[in-house]
Amino acid sequence: MACFLVPMAEAIVVSVAKNIAEKKELNGLPEGTSKTEFRLKSQTELTWSRKLGWLNKLLWGGVMLLGLEHLWHGEIVPWPPFLTAMYNPADIGPMLSEVAIVGTSMAVFVTLVWGVMVLAADRKSKALRAKAQNEN
Amino acid sequence: MFFIITALAAIVTTIIWYVHAPEDKYNLSTLCFIYWGATLMWFVDHVIAFVNEGGEFFEINLDATMLGITVVILGLLVWLVMLLARDPKGVFNKLLRSKG
Repeated sequence: MACFLVPMAEAIVVSVAKNIAEKKELNGLPEGTSKTEFRLKSQTELTWSRKLGWLNKLLWGGVMLLGLEHLWHGEIVPWPPFLTAMYNPADIGPMLSEVAIVGTSMAVFVTLVWGVMVLAADRKSKALRAKAQNEN
Repeated sequence: MFFIITALAAIVTTIIWYVHAPEDKYNLSTLCFIYWGATLMWFVDHVIAFVNEGGEFFEINLDATMLGITVVILGLLVWLVMLLARDPKGVFNKLLRSKG
């Protein structure tokens, strides 16, 4: 009914967190580093802003396509109150329950998959760095 | 069916991205994330519905197929808009400069 609202809320929080991480990383660079240099650096290094960017894209991508599915099934409309379940008081309870159970499960599952992805990428990156140091 | 179509789109996009990786000039990784995000969310939705209500795991009918195709087109459209806005080949710059 409106399960995508939970991942959407998470996506908003992650977008803010990504921007904060990006600013911190930019401030931590030596003076005179341009934004283009920073972008190039963040494309090759596993920075937190890059990792959060992955989660951000996963969440916003899912929210967008699920939003279309809900629109297709007439569960949401582009005018207030946006959620068709709100027209009938009897539908509000089941809608909230679906948001809580399905929406939260979706957000948790996507975050878990992202967590595994980050762990794997970090391990691989560390192994490559160790190998490069051994070769030198 | 929309779950299967989106999962298929995610797999195909990931293969194309991997073939060209590490270069990602056209931001194919973003398209991968868009499709994978939706696939993971629909997977959870299908599992919960199957456990709670039973019935068929995959909804296979014309409506679900049309929805799947529309969803894939929306993903492509969003990626295309982002690509044109970023303009990695500098096409718009060159066009505007040649006219000016």
